[in-house]
Amino acid sequence: MKRNSLALTLSATALYLFLYAPIAVVIVYSFNAARFGATWTGFTTKWYSTLLHNSLALHAAENTLWLGVFSTVISTVLGTLLGFGMSRYEFPGKEVFGKLLYVPVFVPDIVLAVSLLLFYSIIRSWLGLLELGLTTMILAHVTFQIPFVAIVVRARLVGLDPSLEEAARDLGANEWQAFRHVILPLILPGVMAGGMLAFTLSLDDFVVSFFTSGPGSTTLPILIYSSVKRGITPDINALSTLIILASVLATIVVAILQRIKTSTRNHIK
Amino acid sequence: MIDPSPTLPRKPEVRFGQQLSRGGHWRRSALFSGPAVIWLALLLLVPLLIVTGISFLTRGEYGGIEWHFTFDSYKRLAGFGDLGFDALYPVILLRSLALGGATAALSLLAAAPLAFYIARVSDTMKNVALTLVVIPFWTNLLIRTYAWQIILSPESWVTQAVHGLGIGVAGEPLYPGTLAVLIGMVCDFLPFMVLPLYASVEKIDWSLAEAAADLGANRVQVFRHALLPQIIPGLVAGVILVFLPATGQFVIPDLLGGAKTAMLGNVIQQQFASSRDWPFGSAISFVALVLVMAGLWIYLRRGA
Repeated sequence: MKRNSLALTLSATALYLFLYAPIAVVIVYSFNAARFGATWTGFTTKWYSTLLHNSLALHAAENTLWLGVFSTVISTVLGTLLGFGMSRYEFPGKEVFGKLLYVPVFVPDIVLAVSLLLFYSIIRSWLGLLELGLTTMILAHVTFQIPFVAIVVRARLVGLDPSLEEAARDLGANEWQAFRHVILPLILPGVMAGGMLAFTLSLDDFVVSFFTSGPGSTTLPILIYSSVKRGITPDINALSTLIILASVLATIVVAILQRIKTSTRNHIK
Repeated sequence: MIDPSPTLPRKPEVRFGQQLSRGGHWRRSALFSGPAVIWLALLLLVPLLIVTGISFLTRGEYGGIEWHFTFDSYKRLAGFGDLGFDALYPVILLRSLALGGATAALSLLAAAPLAFYIARVSDTMKNVALTLVVIPFWTNLLIRTYAWQIILSPESWVTQAVHGLGIGVAGEPLYPGTLAVLIGMVCDFLPFMVLPLYASVEKIDWSLAEAAADLGANRVQVFRHALLPQIIPGLVAGVILVFLPATGQFVIPDLLGGAKTAMLGNVIQQQFASSRDWPFGSAISFVALVLVMAGLWIYLRRGA
């Protein structure tokens, strides 16, 4: 193993500063007393209290949370079953489907967004269903979340000792019982990591939400976008700071979940 | 690798799954994979097929569509509209590819030192260093992007310092503009490059580099022949993971650029918002989709 040279350490530090510059700026400016512009005029916490009385932001936060919770629960269940099913059982076209699973991971958000917008408007004109709102947003979010959950879960299944499942089957468990009582507890940290990823993707999403939302279903990213378009108001920086803190917390939780994965494996050995 | 038990014949691996009849596989697939497959068929495949279909139809008088098959949208995208040749859309298409390519190249330049740095720190520091890359990756892209509006605004000290150094046109702000878009893109997508590249760098067999040096290779030759081939898989993955989302970006050019930096994503958004030209918007989306499929094909084949 080679040691890091001074030049490498310095350039790595510079790159970390570059990565964190926007995050730091948002946090610092959330305490800036100036109402407009980028000049610093003094320290204040008033934007946080303004935010607490901003009913638009509170409503958007509520929508974001419900959207995230519902879509994550649905996509985690479907994605986990899919990840397990694909690793064990064959069906016609599985190979192609396994590749198509990556399409939502790579496809530009905006293409997914407009395709769903067209789909919804066709269903609406033919059947009178799917008025744009929280429901259409949940359906859209689950669609891009499923592949991520399935891919994460499938990766965890690869490292699993097959004899555990065989033992359960030898002892008379059917496939479902073996999955429910043996596999699922073993891959639970992976499932939870997949769920956290799905939840973060939902919280992060602006483009798909923007195109599939209706009146009254504004989420925090949509609110931030429209505020930025009109000119940033300082309480948006306060809001963004809170969202950043939530993301940092989520990242740490996932890091811990990954530790649990390794320790369970050692425990079994 | 040495097989630990070379004398013992490998026992045939019979797992429960493999003993099932074909029907048994299908029934169990229906139970486990079925719900998600149906979901994705309905809400992913069907909508993308609808986009493809609509791209060949005609725009209705008041938005919407008319059932009249045509290649007009694609002709317009290629520059041959109703009013003769117009380079607007070919230029936007090329600009998107160029900005995506530039983002991937700059991200690669920036990610390389970071990946090597992380691979060489102690194991405890490694976790910290990696988590520090992952945190921005999990932080809202919209927030990280609009922050550059503040950093690059005319009155910020960054802008003044840059102009003081004589970089850029004096008096012309850094934002909005192509440079601002590029900075925002590299900052937003850098983690996508660092993570796969690091995964490759970490696995490098350094004894190959030492052997090459012993055999008289200079530093460039060592890198070119002993190190580069080992990190190619991570490099290719990183370039694709950055190039594709960067080329299809809508938010970053929307917030940090202007009309002069419009990309494919911005044109798609326009067609579905103000212009209400679904067939044209669908045609651009279809082109973006084909681009992604090509990238995906390379990505999934890179191991082979």
